[in-house]
Amino acid sequence: MDNGGRQHISYDEIVRIVEPGSTVLDLGCGDGELLGRLVGEKQVRGRGVEIEEEMILRCISKGISVFQGNLDEGLKDYGTKSYDYVILSETLQVVRHPVLLIEEMLRVGRRAIVSFPNFGYFFVRLQLLARGRMPVSKSLPYQWYDTPNIHLCTRNDFVVLCRRLNAGIIREIALRHDRRLRLLPRNLAATEVLFVVERW
Amino acid sequence: MESVINSIGIVSPLDYEFGNGDGGIGLDNGETFGPITVRYETYGTLNAERSNAVLVVHAFSGDAHAAGKHGSTDRSDGWWDSMIGPGKGLDTSKYFVICSNVLGGCRGTTGPSSINPATGREYGMTFPVITIHDMVKVQKRLLDHLEIEKLVTVIGGSMGGMQALDWAVAYPETVRSAVVLAATARLNAQGIAFNAVGRNAIMTDPAWNNGDYYGKTVPARGLATARMVGHITYLSDESMRMKFGRKLRERETYGYDFADVFEIESYLSHQGDKFVERFDANSYIYISKALDYFDLGDRYGGLAEALARATAKFLVISFSSDWLYPTYQSKEIVFALMKSNKDVSFTELSSPYGHDSFLLETERQATIISSFLDTVDGQRR
Repeated sequence: MDNGGRQHISYDEIVRIVEPGSTVLDLGCGDGELLGRLVGEKQVRGRGVEIEEEMILRCISKGISVFQGNLDEGLKDYGTKSYDYVILSETLQVVRHPVLLIEEMLRVGRRAIVSFPNFGYFFVRLQLLARGRMPVSKSLPYQWYDTPNIHLCTRNDFVVLCRRLNAGIIREIALRHDRRLRLLPRNLAATEVLFVVERW
Repeated sequence: MESVINSIGIVSPLDYEFGNGDGGIGLDNGETFGPITVRYETYGTLNAERSNAVLVVHAFSGDAHAAGKHGSTDRSDGWWDSMIGPGKGLDTSKYFVICSNVLGGCRGTTGPSSINPATGREYGMTFPVITIHDMVKVQKRLLDHLEIEKLVTVIGGSMGGMQALDWAVAYPETVRSAVVLAATARLNAQGIAFNAVGRNAIMTDPAWNNGDYYGKTVPARGLATARMVGHITYLSDESMRMKFGRKLRERETYGYDFADVFEIESYLSHQGDKFVERFDANSYIYISKALDYFDLGDRYGGLAEALARATAKFLVISFSSDWLYPTYQSKEIVFALMKSNKDVSFTELSSPYGHDSFLLETERQATIISSFLDTVDGQRR
């Protein structure tokens, strides 16, 4: 999936979070870059799920185990608690049934890591407010008519959803472009957010 | 021109015979069988460490002649010439590729049309019922003979994929990786049904004569019909529509008679007749039975349990239009492997050619397979 090359920022954070030797399932793993780093830097046992043939090939040539599958079909063939981490990086907004998928991630993984572009970012809001136009930004590079993003949400939306799903937020990392955000209100200032959640 | 440059060139088949003194191999049906001659070919060079061998296992009607030509006047190449050669998917400048005809076959390896040394006559239906695992056992003996202890990969499509799976489970210490194309871990009812029709066509041909037709009239009609049915299962609605549609043959109007009016009819007849020239009807019966009996999990208490034995890295590929060995069957293999945390990659290639795709979608397969094999040699990352 083309994410405009933004994913690398949150990759650093994900690599930092995952404990060495963990088992990882990366949903929408693209060309396997994140898994490659996790294998190289954290000696994880990883597997990716990806829908595009071209990306599958790139994963295979990196020696990464990859399964060609459609996340909209869920994770029914994956055993309960069969992975330490199930990762959904920059993919939440493109899946058809995000709630179902998050619930499945929480079932299959001990923990889930979810990162997505924050639609609450002030510049996004500003475009809608001031110009009356659908937001286009570095994190959301698509025009309304060609975007794969069908389920955009804000950082606060996600927090509310987690509460509804009885999912506990273990960690939250807010990013503004290439750096970690510390003091500012996250829902307004983060271009991207990353959550580590687990079933309570 | 390119095919000439990348071709293996002229190759010669070899024979290995065993089981003369030591009684041969123990078959799944409980019998000990021998002697066995194995017809095989090799391409490329075995390195000094004997560590670059690749075993290619063929499908139902395949044979040991996978690549190159048998002589300068030989018009056709081996059945997987598009995949095997210098710079190809199975690069013979890197790998030592071995392909042998299966047990029960009729292309050089011992099968029902071979002479039973005990009687001096063809085995016919006195040949023992054989299984996919029996075929694999014979291949293992060939590798032992060639003094090859490790295989970079075992690769095959369809029945070849079944053998690759069986190899990985039966001889985990030998198999470093397995490439399973358009295959299944067990033949489904639909597959058994088509095989039954094929066998029926042969066995109801009066010339079949309970399998005793050698030196007499062969059951050509029955075998050709079996092949016609089989051939349909290898195609797809789309590929038949693209290639034939309702095109008429050598006429402009229907004519309303019983001749082979449509192109698809004459194509199938031709395929059937061609098959009779190179295939033995009894081999068809035995090999189709071996397919029917194939259930990888059976002897180990389940598919996941069977695959848990494997230590190989797996690449499983299915094809979108393959309705004989549909994608869900490949996924079944993959999920069973995942259960025991095996290293497995899976892709469903989009292709219109039905089950035959594994023989036709060479380019994309070659890219994926060669990248996969590159990582088998590399460190586990």
